[in-house]
Amino acid sequence: MRPLTDDETKTMFEKLSKYIGENIKLLVDRPDGTYCFRLHNERVYYISEKILKLATNICRNKLVSVGTCFGKFTKTHKFRLHVTALDFLAPYAKFKVWVKPGAEQSFLYGNHVLKSGLGRITENTSQYQGVVVYSMADVPLGFGVAAKTTQECRKVDPMSIVVFHQADIGEYIRSEDTLT
Amino acid sequence: MAACSIEDVLAKVEQEEAEKLKSITVHKELDLELDAGNLLAVDKNRVDEREFKRAKKDEFLRALARDNTQLLLNEVWKHPTERVEDVIVVKLPEPSTPLPREKPVPKPKPPTKWEQFAKLKGIQKKKKTNLVWDERVAKNEFNRLRNIARSQKLKVPGVGLAPAGRQSRSELAQAVGVAKVSTASVGKFQDRLPKEKAPKNAGKKRKFQPNIGDFAGEKQKQLDILKVLGSKKPRLDITRAVNKQMREEDMEAGAKARKGSGKKGRSSHMSGKGKGRKGPKGPKGKPRKQGKR
Repeated sequence: MRPLTDDETKTMFEKLSKYIGENIKLLVDRPDGTYCFRLHNERVYYISEKILKLATNICRNKLVSVGTCFGKFTKTHKFRLHVTALDFLAPYAKFKVWVKPGAEQSFLYGNHVLKSGLGRITENTSQYQGVVVYSMADVPLGFGVAAKTTQECRKVDPMSIVVFHQADIGEYIRSEDTLT
Repeated sequence: MAACSIEDVLAKVEQEEAEKLKSITVHKELDLELDAGNLLAVDKNRVDEREFKRAKKDEFLRALARDNTQLLLNEVWKHPTERVEDVIVVKLPEPSTPLPREKPVPKPKPPTKWEQFAKLKGIQKKKKTNLVWDERVAKNEFNRLRNIARSQKLKVPGVGLAPAGRQSRSELAQAVGVAKVSTASVGKFQDRLPKEKAPKNAGKKRKFQPNIGDFAGEKQKQLDILKVLGSKKPRLDITRAVNKQMREEDMEAGAKARKGSGKKGRSSHMSGKGKGRKGPKGPKGKPRKQGKR
C-alpha cells in the first residue's frame, strides 16, 4: 500500500471529474476527518486516516481490501472506476439519468440503457459525458456514459442506446469474487 | 741572498700578473654602451686631440679600437657558453638596439573587386572543413582498442572523462556527473555550484511518499492538482462549433424531407435509409438475420 504518485492522482481525478466535476474537492477536503487515496494491488482505495493506520498492521500480501475501492489502474496506466465507487459518485453527480422501473432489471444485468427505458435525463448533457444512473425512486443503480446529447435523446427511436453501461450494482452479485 | 732572491721572484711574478691584467682590463672614464646581441659597442668618451696629434694617428686609432674590442669581448664572455663540435660558442642575447629596416614599408595593395564587395556587405571569410566526422569509425576504433585491452587483461576507463581531443558539452556534463558520484559517499555530500543544473539522465529512482506521513501535505498536493485540472478550460473552436451547428440543421432538414417523401414511394425510402447516417444498426441488422435464416 502506498500513496498515489502525482501522475496517478491526475489520471484518477480526470476520470472522476467526468462524473462529479469539481466536487472531487469535497472528497479530498472533508470536514469529518482526514481521508486519503491509497494504491494497493493496482487498486485505488479511499480510506479514512484512522482505518489506514489500523490497516498498516496487516502484511501487504495478505491484505485484500481496505476502505472503499474506487477502481483500478490498468496495465496501460489508465484508470477504471468500479461500482464500489458509486457510493461516492452518486451524491455528487452532476449529470444524472433516471431509468424507468421496467428497464431497471435490464440495466442491472449489465445492458446499456435504451431510449425506451429512459425516464428522465439532466438537461444539457453532452455526448460521452459520464452520468450516474438512478431508478425512478432515486436509488443509484450504477453509472455509464451518455451516448447521445439530451436534445438528440428526444428524437431517436426507442431501441437506440442512450447510456452506455459501465458499472451497475448488479455486479455485487455477478462478479462477487473479483470485487474488492 | 735567498730572501732577496725570493723578493725578486715575487716582484717579477707581480709584474707579470699586472702585465697580463693590463692586456684584458681597460680603464675608461665613461663606460661603453654595449649591445652584445648586435656585437655593438659605442664609445662616448672624448677623444684626446693632443694625444691624437702627437702620436701616430694610425697607432692611436688601433689602440683605441683594440681597447674597445676588448671591452666588448669581455661583455660577450659574460654570457653562457656551450661547446659545439670542439668550439666554444656564446649564446648572444636579444639585440637591444633597434635597427632601421633595410627597405621601405610596403604599400597596401589596392583591394580587389570582391574584397570591396565583401566589405560593403560585411561578409567575413569563414574557414570550412570538407571533412565529416564519422561516428561509426570512432566507435569501431574504440571497440577495437577495448578488445585488445580485454585480451591483454588491462583496465579500461569506463564512463567518464576519458582523454580525448575535444569533448562535447554533453560528454563533459556526463563526465562531471560521473566524477561527482565517484566519492566514498556516492556523491551524497557533493555541493552543487550556484547555477549548476541537476544532472540529466541520472537514473531516476522510483520513490514513493511514505504510507503514513504528511496527510495535510498530501491533501494540499491533491487540491493543487485539482486546481490545475479545473483551470483547463475546454477550448471553443468557433469554426468547428459553427460547422457542427450547420450540419445539425442540415440533418434535421434532411430527416424532415425524408419523412415527407417516405410516404410517397417505397423505393426512394429504402435508398434513403441505406444512405442515412443515423441508426444504421437497426434496419441493417434485421434483413441480414432474415437472410441467414
